[in-house]
Amino acid sequence: MVTNRADTSNLARIPALGIRLILLLVVSIILMVLDHRQNHLGAVRQAIGAAVYPLQVIVDAPFRLWDWIREGTTERNQLQLEVGRLQAERLLTNVRLQRMTALEAENARLRDLLEARAQVRDDVRIAEIMAVDANPYRHNIVIDIGKRDGVYDGQAIVDVSGVIGQVIETGLATSQAMLISDPSHSLPVEVNRNGLRTIANGTGEFGRLDLPFVTNNADIRPGDLLVTSGLGGAFPAGYPVAVVETVNRIPQEPFADVTATPTAALDQVREVMLIWSSSDAVEPESSDE
Amino acid sequence: MSRGSGRLPVIVTIIVSIMLMVIPLPDWAVAFRPDWVALTLIYWAMMLPRTWSVGTAWLIGIVLDVSQGTILGQHALALCFIVFITVHFHLLMRVFPMQQLTATVFAILTLYQFILFWINGVAGVDVQLVNYWGPVLTGTLFWPVVTILLSRIRMRVQHGR
Repeated sequence: MVTNRADTSNLARIPALGIRLILLLVVSIILMVLDHRQNHLGAVRQAIGAAVYPLQVIVDAPFRLWDWIREGTTERNQLQLEVGRLQAERLLTNVRLQRMTALEAENARLRDLLEARAQVRDDVRIAEIMAVDANPYRHNIVIDIGKRDGVYDGQAIVDVSGVIGQVIETGLATSQAMLISDPSHSLPVEVNRNGLRTIANGTGEFGRLDLPFVTNNADIRPGDLLVTSGLGGAFPAGYPVAVVETVNRIPQEPFADVTATPTAALDQVREVMLIWSSSDAVEPESSDE
Repeated sequence: MSRGSGRLPVIVTIIVSIMLMVIPLPDWAVAFRPDWVALTLIYWAMMLPRTWSVGTAWLIGIVLDVSQGTILGQHALALCFIVFITVHFHLLMRVFPMQQLTATVFAILTLYQFILFWINGVAGVDVQLVNYWGPVLTGTLFWPVVTILLSRIRMRVQHGR
């Protein structure tokens, strides 16, 4: 390699390199312990995150631009087709909504009879997934709204066909969210058909969830729809999560081997919805074991 | 020989490397994203160890941790450590022929990923192994390209004035 004038002019050792290294290593370890065990460093993360935000916007910009150009250059007849399709869709949804209002009223009445807590409608806001890859070790996404829009940690994220994940870190203008397919993500679900409660774990694959705690004699079969049960407090109840794919009963094992396919296409969505659930007002009990 | 004027290009290359770390890749390629930041820092630590040393590496590591959402301090510690090794052997590494230098960088990148792997292990983050050896492989492959690009920049800064 070519030698360097500036630096070879004084070949003496870099002063105090070892001491600086040890100092920085100790600081890193303290940071990691604080961050991982106690989660004390939200403010620090936010401050540095604000500095990183412009970088994320710059990386995201070409993708936005491409979308914009593509939208702008769509042909007229294609747009007309699209409008026609959307109008038909709207009509259908409106018809369904009419029934929905009636059902909602009926549901509220029945709940009154049962003296159950009223289920109020959830607030929703659309966010876009930024074209930014986050944590290489996890199934994370970055979305383009953050604390200033009222996003909070643990908030549920869905798309049109089902649950996607939850917010794990809120920055000022962006947030990081963990997908339900992340190996460390668990989601309380119930079988829509009979209300059987269980837990769906991520596997690290976009197309597969694991249900490790279904007993061998439980009433569950392929094709069953799993919806959020609302237990655990993070997710509002009743959103579709996955469809049971395989049920493998092994006689000598206590639990059956059950896998499910998420209803949302976790690796394809671009727009997601964040849910402000009105039942969030009821704080989930924090259980320290 | 004023060092101040030479800093801006280096900072720009580091920022570009951070951006390369968050640019979206197709799913199959994510595990094989070269560690651009590590490669850039190794180069600058080898060539200008008095200006770009463990302190810079630590700061960049923290920024990387925040932008990627990893444990705060994970990349900082790993980068700090490999930059220390690079600075320690920088005179030796500068006279290595390219093959030998690439082999050395391979070893350094392996160590880097091992530190990340170890921290993930302690913290209980479960990751497929391809996420560790993928970047080492591609990082080593891209090292010659990175050196050529960065040495152009360095030449221009140091001799072009």
